[in-house]
Amino acid sequence: MTERGGNRRRFRLVHLFLIVPYVAILWVPLFNRIEPSIAGVPFFYWYQMLWIALGALVLLPVFMVEERDRKSE
Amino acid sequence: MARGLDLTATSIFIALFAAVTVLGFLGARGRKSDNGELAEWGLGGRSFGTLITWFLLGGDLYTAYTFVAVPALVFGAGAVGFFAVPYTILVYPLLFAVFPRLWSVAHANGYVTAADFVRGRFGSGLLALTIAVTGIIATMPYIALQLVGIEVVLAGLGIPGRLPLVLAFSVLAAYTYMGGLRASAMIAVVKDLLIYVTVIVAVIAIPIELGGFAKIFASVPASKLILAPMTTGNLGQQSGYATLALGSALALFLYPHAVTGLLSSSSRHVIRRNAVILPAYSVALGLIALLGYMALAAGVKSMPAYAAGFKAFGPNFAVPALFVQMFPSWFVGVAFAAIGIGALVPAAIMSIACANLFTRNIYKEYLSPNCSPAREGQVAKLTSLVVKLGALLFVLGMPQIYAINLQLLGGIWIIQTLPSVLLGLYTRRLHPVALLIGWAAGIAAGTWMEMQLGLKGSIYALHVFGETIPCYAAFSALILNLGLSVALSSVFNLFARNPLADATLAEDYV
Repeated sequence: MTERGGNRRRFRLVHLFLIVPYVAILWVPLFNRIEPSIAGVPFFYWYQMLWIALGALVLLPVFMVEERDRKSE
Repeated sequence: MARGLDLTATSIFIALFAAVTVLGFLGARGRKSDNGELAEWGLGGRSFGTLITWFLLGGDLYTAYTFVAVPALVFGAGAVGFFAVPYTILVYPLLFAVFPRLWSVAHANGYVTAADFVRGRFGSGLLALTIAVTGIIATMPYIALQLVGIEVVLAGLGIPGRLPLVLAFSVLAAYTYMGGLRASAMIAVVKDLLIYVTVIVAVIAIPIELGGFAKIFASVPASKLILAPMTTGNLGQQSGYATLALGSALALFLYPHAVTGLLSSSSRHVIRRNAVILPAYSVALGLIALLGYMALAAGVKSMPAYAAGFKAFGPNFAVPALFVQMFPSWFVGVAFAAIGIGALVPAAIMSIACANLFTRNIYKEYLSPNCSPAREGQVAKLTSLVVKLGALLFVLGMPQIYAINLQLLGGIWIIQTLPSVLLGLYTRRLHPVALLIGWAAGIAAGTWMEMQLGLKGSIYALHVFGETIPCYAAFSALILNLGLSVALSSVFNLFARNPLADATLAEDYV
């Protein structure tokens, strides 16, 4: 690497949270189905809508760990 | 037109449009520190906090055309059209993890565009020019599509002729010229609030009228409700869906207007916070996508009142027709104003982004290296006018389908800047010549695949070891680009001068 000095953000296990939405969303056969439907809404649609919220939620632990690191610096 | 002018709706539409225009011009005044420099006009002085950035990026990324085209695709093609939802889910972890680095390095070095960064990082004027030109060319048809969005709602109101479009765009051009990104930020707040109101009312009122979501989904043909499943030797629509979502997510923040939105924020933490709160717009987008099915269920396609609109705009007329059919006139005015104003915000930011690129990476780099900061600001303002005029002439003079096709190609082209910009944020070991070759190969392969498809879609079937793998053309072209960039870099670096030119420091990135 030609990057000079340290000062790079440390990689932590909590960063693996960021990959979770990619697995849940890119593995299409997992949700490409109609049942179980909720109130007539096929699984395909409510699963992905649900992941909008979950996608934001998985960022939270990473966000909080980084904030803690930042304050302790 | 089978229908006449809707007076109530049109009056409300015009009133809201006028109110926003006033706001835009107010945004042009009342700045504390306007020194006429580019970062002031073109990045709002890098001053926006978390909330304004939320409105600005939301207004910027979720464009009027998105709100028309996404439900149109669901209306026409079914489940595939829903890819916009996974696409926006995948964007935010990426935004969170990667783009604060771009903000930091841009802030430390006074960069205004992604091409500025590439210039500094790789020390290659040619590579920076390539990035800048790719950005401008990919964005121009996107601006034109915002105009198509306005045209569709004007037709929905029953307003004949194209003068109103010219008028709306002149207003846009004037306040962008005067107020720059600050004016867009103010209008974005109103636009986003109008969009939320419209969406909430639409997804409550329309399903009630149509007899519930179960009935709406029941009216969708079974073959369109989910993706075509895998068969032996063919991954079906599913690999197309996944690569479309992933490719679009990777491309989004490479677009100049997205970079402009990011760099205008006041700190890297504003970007991180926004990665957590921007998904609120994705909820709205998902609900808007479902409007496509509501339009199917409402049967607007076969109603004679909308025949002319569908003839002129195809499936893009589905949502306007649905609103006219379902809403009282006054609310049609509100909803259409939301879409119309929704077109102005991204169009303004896109033209500002193009202007920034031209000024920094073409004008200052090649035409007038010693120009003053004030002159830079002036050139950018004028460029934004030229860019918008170009888009307007394009929409007035060419069939609509040209803008749509070019925007499709634009997505394939812009993603080819990923190795230089995104990987460049993490490593300097890529060689600029390798990046240029990778870029050229990606552009050529992507464009060729798109031509093979006759510009009718972007899913090109690859044949690998007897498997048929339908794949988003931008994505497969990017893989080729990445492979070449990395492989050739390791070869070229053997012969490279040491140390590699790099104007940025490791501590600039955190």
